[in-house]
Amino acid sequence: MRVGLVLTGLVLLVVVIGPFLAPHAHSDIIGAPFSPPSATALLGTDYLGEDVLSRVLAGGRSIVWISFVGTLVGVAVGAAIGMTAAYSGGVVDELLMRTMDVLRAFPPLVLILLLVSVARAESALMPLIVAIAWVPQVARVAYGAAKEVVGREFVESAEALGTPRMRIVRREILPNVMTPLMVDFGLRLTWSIGIVSAMSFLGVGLQPPAADWGLMIKENYQGLALQPWGVVVPVLCVAVFTFGTNLMTEGFARTVARVSPLEVTT
Amino acid sequence: MTLDRRPSSATGRLWLLRRVVFGMAVVLLGSVLVFAATQVLPGDPARAVLGHEATPERVAALRTELGLDRPLVAQYLAWLGGVLTGEPGHSLVTREPVGGLIGDRAVNSAVLVLVSAAVVVPLSVFVGAVAGRRRDRPFDRAVLVVTLGLTALPEFIIALLLVILLSTSVFPLLPGTVLLAPGQNPFGEPAQLVLPVTALVLGVLPYLARLVRGSVIDVYESEYVRTARLKGVPENVVLRRHVLRNALVPAVQGTALALAYLTGGVVVVEQVFNYPGLGSALVDAVNNRDFPVIQLICLVFAACYVAFNLLGDAMTVYVTPRLRTAGR
Amino acid sequence: MTAVAVKGLRVDLSGRGVDVVDCVDFTIDAGEVLGLVGESGSGKTTVGVTLLGDARRGAAIVGGSVVVDGQEVVGLRPDRLAKLRGSTVAYVPQDPSMALNPALRLRRQLDELFEFHRPELPDAARDERIRTTLREVGLGSGDQEEDDAFLARFPHQLSGGQQQRVTLAMAFVLRPRVIVLDEPTTGLDVTTQARVLSTVRDLCATHRVAALYVTHDMAVVSNLAHRILVMYAGRIVEAGTSAQIFDAATHPYTRALLAAVPLVSQRRELTAIPGDTPLPGSRPSGCAFHPRCPDAVAECATTTPDPVQVSPGHVVRCLRATRLGPARTAPRAVEPRAVRQNDVVLRVADLDAFHGRRQVLHDVSLALAARECLALVGESGCGKTTLARSIIGLHHRHSGGITFRGGEMATRARDRPPELRRAVQYVFQSPYNSLNPRRSIGEILREPLAVLSPVPAGKGRAGRTRAAVSEVLERVSLSPTVAARYPDQLSGGERQRVAIARALVCRPEVLICDEVTSALDVSVQASIVRLLRRLQDEEGLALLFVTHNLALVRTVADRVIAMRAGRLVEGGPVDDVLDHPGDPFTRALIAATPEFGAAPPGVPSAPTSREDRT
Repeated sequence: MRVGLVLTGLVLLVVVIGPFLAPHAHSDIIGAPFSPPSATALLGTDYLGEDVLSRVLAGGRSIVWISFVGTLVGVAVGAAIGMTAAYSGGVVDELLMRTMDVLRAFPPLVLILLLVSVARAESALMPLIVAIAWVPQVARVAYGAAKEVVGREFVESAEALGTPRMRIVRREILPNVMTPLMVDFGLRLTWSIGIVSAMSFLGVGLQPPAADWGLMIKENYQGLALQPWGVVVPVLCVAVFTFGTNLMTEGFARTVARVSPLEVTT
Repeated sequence: MTLDRRPSSATGRLWLLRRVVFGMAVVLLGSVLVFAATQVLPGDPARAVLGHEATPERVAALRTELGLDRPLVAQYLAWLGGVLTGEPGHSLVTREPVGGLIGDRAVNSAVLVLVSAAVVVPLSVFVGAVAGRRRDRPFDRAVLVVTLGLTALPEFIIALLLVILLSTSVFPLLPGTVLLAPGQNPFGEPAQLVLPVTALVLGVLPYLARLVRGSVIDVYESEYVRTARLKGVPENVVLRRHVLRNALVPAVQGTALALAYLTGGVVVVEQVFNYPGLGSALVDAVNNRDFPVIQLICLVFAACYVAFNLLGDAMTVYVTPRLRTAGR
Repeated sequence: MTAVAVKGLRVDLSGRGVDVVDCVDFTIDAGEVLGLVGESGSGKTTVGVTLLGDARRGAAIVGGSVVVDGQEVVGLRPDRLAKLRGSTVAYVPQDPSMALNPALRLRRQLDELFEFHRPELPDAARDERIRTTLREVGLGSGDQEEDDAFLARFPHQLSGGQQQRVTLAMAFVLRPRVIVLDEPTTGLDVTTQARVLSTVRDLCATHRVAALYVTHDMAVVSNLAHRILVMYAGRIVEAGTSAQIFDAATHPYTRALLAAVPLVSQRRELTAIPGDTPLPGSRPSGCAFHPRCPDAVAECATTTPDPVQVSPGHVVRCLRATRLGPARTAPRAVEPRAVRQNDVVLRVADLDAFHGRRQVLHDVSLALAARECLALVGESGCGKTTLARSIIGLHHRHSGGITFRGGEMATRARDRPPELRRAVQYVFQSPYNSLNPRRSIGEILREPLAVLSPVPAGKGRAGRTRAAVSEVLERVSLSPTVAARYPDQLSGGERQRVAIARALVCRPEVLICDEVTSALDVSVQASIVRLLRRLQDEEGLALLFVTHNLALVRTVADRVIAMRAGRLVEGGPVDDVLDHPGDPFTRALIAATPEFGAAPPGVPSAPTSREDRT
């Protein structure tokens, strides 16, 4: 868990103060395309001749905020749907969860591509799109966790008291599904980072000339043999970031929730 | 025995029928969703295809050609009818029939998914079962650490790391891109398949191996395994007869999920390796706003997901006596 | 002939040097049934499975010797141990629904014993033996085809009683010399339990098997065991013949335990043992029982007592064994309370209830008077819980009238006015499930106040609710400091007190108790029963006490109604019904409830006399 915190902290540090340390503006052309590392460009240049280092330092912001906000919204909405379905039962349950079943039939990335094909990805829309992709999956997890709690006797005890429904959800059910939801949030955050960078790599995320790790991988992929740094460094950045968030989640799950995160999602 | 089977297979068939109908309903609703997403959401497809500079006349002409001027329900029914009769329309970009366009690519993707599944399922069961049996021993700990590391990496990153490590910079051993002529059999160049399959396998292995490990451990802790041991059943028979049979039940369900997950995973992995499959076709179509292609490919993905889940459910019931003989 | 000899046995939690059980010595003769009695955490099951050379995960046998049929089991190689298990020494598990492999047919599970222990036996002889054993455990039909059809079933296709008989068949089919029975009747109804017990008794006698019967239930072993061991905190505190234990119990713990057990035949004042059974690792020094012992002296806290023989074959591990003397006054019998029956608060009239399309209650009527305790008794699945849940408004599919003080109660609790929800309260069966693990006791107890009688916000609200919480904790004999704790920091008995406090905090008039003691140890049960009695006397509560335990009915209730398959079969004052049951069902229930008395009739004195009878 501590390693995870350090890695995540490191990436966030780069993301926050990186742009101020960058030797060049991220879209300035400073040399020939795909030139090897030199004194002016410590990591060489990219397919246009822009400085790789400066672009790496500037290119984390979009990934961090899009994946974080997208995951947060997705988990919140998914959890609300799952818990409502589990507690209401009956028709509401069927309606909500069968809708989620239909949405879940599309792999998250396919669902994202489908949405992106209509609403060309503005960076403001991207968190929303990521969130929509997670909602059905999170709803499933929250539903499972809440259904187990709903059947317990302390919920019935509150029912017998005539406790208002919202109060039961808030005070009896939510505290008991909070831990699995937080573990789920951590996992989804890791996967969101992968998905957001993949979106840019596939050309449906951020568009040039934005500096973004996923986009950099896409742009410089053709020159991988000539000037590997333009791909390797952003790949490693994403890898370290996902690794860090995942270790944090695992640590949280093991110490606080005492479950394996993979058991939560299944 | 015979007395035992007849009624159970009847209820089993009924159950299966219900599941099939439900699965079909999901695909049907999925088709509504696909259609709605591409046609109803804000934004004019014709305008999106032609770009902002197009003259209103050209946009109107394309709208008529695409049938966008008709009522939505009629559009949907026409499209659905087309899909069902094998005439799902023409690509807006190449003007070819969509079915022919994605036929080859669907085969290529299926090869990729099935080869990966053929590797990852036995491997996960083996690794998971050994780790579960030797819980907390060195092998188990190693499996936990490795799978933990692998889950942290999106298969997109795994694929890129494989290319970087094994194909270009460090050890240039294997081809990093796949070059297939249309209609060419992917098995013709098996070396080209190694890296894409490895990327997909590494993406699914941690999930499936941990699932098997967990269920093997659960079964080992169960009262009936304890009872078998206290009956004097030798340890290897305990594993074979009492543990695996019950531990595989969740694994079957997990395998179905993993297959579904693989179909999603091909989208990025194909793009990384330039593999001519459904996933890369979808990405191209999205970038080109080629709606008929997008619609059909999305529908194929949904149908695959539903089919794999159905298969998983059916197999789970088959290997679980309590479910198989339910209703009596 | 000695079939089992255990000496100086010690089992530790692995690597922590904490003993689960220690200094355990006993022997069992062929044909003898030895009862091993203890409450949860006493280590009785741990001792039981050492006879098969087993220790549960995380524990290990670290000392002593266990000789079974002339063979040392401790330290035996795994393959030799496997040869022994199932053939020489067999095990009957506690919960048969978990102990049978759900994926294998019964025949396979019986067959595999022969596969590994008697591979030479021809198939025909094997089949013959299996069918004979099925008959012996009461599952055989005598008809080969029918037996085969039965053996082709999967465990989930059997009832609980049948499943337990299959595990008995698995244990007896190879005619072992020794058998360990680990609470085999815990989950069963009393009538099923009685049949299983008589099967066990007959089989042990017929095949001269040495049996170790592990249980928490004194009454069960009183009719079954020749000799009894009483365990507390990992030690055997008293050992003797059945007669010695039941007539001349000497250890203060044994005495307290006997005084805590309710009897069907006699209404008696139950005595609770203060405190809780200690867990391994947190056991008191000296005699582990001394903090709860009424006869303890200063020395008990420092000196570990050695076994003392008080009469031939009667051994007690107590420093004051000889001084306490064997005979002490039995728990005092009490007179039934006088209750005025005319002040009816709760009335159920012609209630029919359904689960889906199945009708589970038929035309049920009852009346509950103020200050009265009405017991509702029946076996599992008879509909008694559905009735209780219908009254409180948690079960909705019913028709018929439920009235409180003449006013109709709505079907759903939610539709009832706050005044009615306050007046009728419910205590659930399991205190492990009925308290929200994420909320402190204080929050749990404030909840009914917040929902039912919201104190207007403003000065003094916090103070007043805090005072109400402290006061209700005191009423259930808990310290006010408990309010700051969470459920998992409390013992089972304390949790059930909190659950009762939650019901009491709004000052209800009717309390519905659904099997509130069935998840608790006997000594804790006694304290909960005493608490309920006191609350009734002091606060005039009307109690609807739902239970399967007739002995509790005698102790707790003023009137009783018996329910069978969703219908009331008999009702009346407790003493009338239990002394002169009119309905065959009630009669069968009373006959099946195990019982020990001051001089229990038919307690076997020696192994040989058992065989004469069977």
